[in-house]
Amino acid sequence: MTERPFKPAPAACETCAIHHAANLKKLGVDMEDWDYVVALAGNPNTGKSTVFNALTGLRQHTGNWPGKTVGRAEGGFDYHDKRFKLVDLPGTYSLLSTSYDEEIARDFILFAQPDVTVVVVDATRLERNLNLALQVMEITDRVVICLNLMDEARRHKLEVDHRRLARDLGVPVAPTAARYGDGLAELLQAISEVASGKTVLRPHRLQNEPPVLKSAIDQLTAQVQALYPNLPNARWVALRLLDGDDHIAEALRKGELGDLSHSLPLESPTGTLELAAG
Amino acid sequence: MNIPKKITPQDVLSTAQTLRWEIGSDFHEHLMEAIYTDAARIADRTVTRAGEKPRFDLDRIIDRIVTSRIWGFPLMVLLFTLVFWITISGANIPSSWIATLLLDKVHPILKGAAAAIGMPWWLDGLLIDGMYLATAWVVSVMLPPMAIFFPLFTLLEDFGYLPRLAFNLDNVFKKAGAHGKQALSMMMGFGCNAAGVVSTRIIDSPRERLIAILTNNFALCNGRWPTQILIATLFLGALVPATLAGLISALSVVGIALLGVLLTFVTSWALSRTILKGQVSTFSLELPPYRPPRILRTIYTSMIDRTIYVLWRAVVFAMPAGAVIWLIANIHFGGASLAELVINFLNPAGILIGLNGVVLVAYIVAIPANEIVIPTVLMLTVLVTHTTGLGQGAGVLFNIDQGSTMISLLTAGGWTLLTAVNLMLFSLIHNPCSTTIYTIYKETGSVKWAAISALLPLGMGFTITFFVAQIWRLVATL
Repeated sequence: MTERPFKPAPAACETCAIHHAANLKKLGVDMEDWDYVVALAGNPNTGKSTVFNALTGLRQHTGNWPGKTVGRAEGGFDYHDKRFKLVDLPGTYSLLSTSYDEEIARDFILFAQPDVTVVVVDATRLERNLNLALQVMEITDRVVICLNLMDEARRHKLEVDHRRLARDLGVPVAPTAARYGDGLAELLQAISEVASGKTVLRPHRLQNEPPVLKSAIDQLTAQVQALYPNLPNARWVALRLLDGDDHIAEALRKGELGDLSHSLPLESPTGTLELAAG
Repeated sequence: MNIPKKITPQDVLSTAQTLRWEIGSDFHEHLMEAIYTDAARIADRTVTRAGEKPRFDLDRIIDRIVTSRIWGFPLMVLLFTLVFWITISGANIPSSWIATLLLDKVHPILKGAAAAIGMPWWLDGLLIDGMYLATAWVVSVMLPPMAIFFPLFTLLEDFGYLPRLAFNLDNVFKKAGAHGKQALSMMMGFGCNAAGVVSTRIIDSPRERLIAILTNNFALCNGRWPTQILIATLFLGALVPATLAGLISALSVVGIALLGVLLTFVTSWALSRTILKGQVSTFSLELPPYRPPRILRTIYTSMIDRTIYVLWRAVVFAMPAGAVIWLIANIHFGGASLAELVINFLNPAGILIGLNGVVLVAYIVAIPANEIVIPTVLMLTVLVTHTTGLGQGAGVLFNIDQGSTMISLLTAGGWTLLTAVNLMLFSLIHNPCSTTIYTIYKETGSVKWAAISALLPLGMGFTITFFVAQIWRLVATL
């Protein structure tokens, strides 16, 4: 799989990492082992499935409506001799409520600890989409923003300054128009650099919490950290506990969170309904 | 900060509990507010609008029309009538081409080849007259309408029309005691009920999700569109002058689909007031921007994802069904074939609900896939009417590419306009296919709900067709 069919003459642009996008191999789901796991999160209808298809060469049905993807789809690709497994999560507006699709997305980012989480955001609805991006960044630092639908933004005469966005968020931002394959090379490079730890990340932290909250969060975060020193997202666990999230409290009580320091992949929740008939 | 030497999960939880009392109950709101504030600030710095934004206004104008209280619903009917009219008038010619090729050309060649190698009559009958012809029939009847209908439907979907439809229906669903998102799973059901059932995962509350699962069957699925289109074309289109036939056929298919939507509401309402009582939850439905569909891409993916998928499924089920039909038509007990015995047994019940024994047998054969109802009905009708010169023998699915021949055959089999109407009704209202029932079992994890999902519509189907038949006959005798 890693063989290169031809070796082009060394040229100036070969030193540029983007050049190697040509080496991207589309593997489909046929992947035995991988070097990195990449999760794909985002609001519904931002073109996540399109990005997924463009990267993996799979043709998962895409549709112009929210809620198209339930459950998770998986695929893989090859980039710079590294194998990436890509997991398409259900589109959600937030990670703070408890609906089934949000739980799948949240649990995957939290428990499976992907090497990179790509948040696909709609460039024409940036404000609403950033809500989710900021929540993902509370859980994990290793985030790449895929600023998708740039073609739509242009059509709506919106100018989106992706450099400014990258600086404000402290994570790489790749502007794309996935339907037309634009910007995918840059996206791949950003993913690869975050995965390999090449990019230095300074993720944005919430700045506008009221002081009471801030001290409560800090106090609880310290305790969680003392309990599980290797937990990568103690602050987020603290936030959830303060919010009264029984699911996380349960995970803490059972010691599932402790296992996270050893990176334990967790099955996604099953979709059984429990309901007593009248 | 003084941290105890050995901290336990319980300590953390109790600290959390204490802190929650201190910070009060509106933590969630404060947190959301903090996130929103940051998001708004960053977005504001990043995005600049250059000049006017005419496209936004265009989207808004379209939205105002398609989701309007007055125009939304008529527009929906109009669009779908147009889609079906294109499908019905476009499918006839390619359908007869494929039929000529597969049935008039390939079939005799196969028969000749079988005779040449000295194949025994029963094997030749089972393979070529049973399995091959059933498959060929399904392909020639289903491929052309699907190849036209699915790309059109997918174009509407990609353009962004379906969420508007869901928006129009949301309010009605709420009034029926169901979740507004059920509108979306219903839309998926119009493609495939099994897919529709899976898509109910977007509904959080188990109660509302079950309502959505149990009523998904009332969304007319891929396997049933061809039946509706064919019967409407043959019987209802024939009632009016030829120039109007296509339109009337299309309108009656739309009528059946709308009846399905109505039944979804009524059943949801009844369920939410009886065995599935509870609160209605609210949600916000985002209307996505209109996007110019990528036409070639859409045609390609709808061909791969839907047309070929559905056709393949139909073929897979048609082959064994063809074998079964041939067998029951050729195994005899005391002078009558097994098929005739079963048909005669079911006939009184069939007549009572305005159908006949043939249709009921066809629906039993078609439990795995609704796609093969019409081929089975035609074959069995030939058998019971002992029609000669049409089929090539007992249990043979044959080619009748001219509508008038098909009508005269069905009329000889005792069909009236009532039979056609009730077949369309029963096709809409009966048990879902076995794949869907199995999916419901997997999604709910309950045999009981899977059984209810099959028996509820079946019972409703019998009841409705029974009353239609009685009233019809009463009016006819007046």
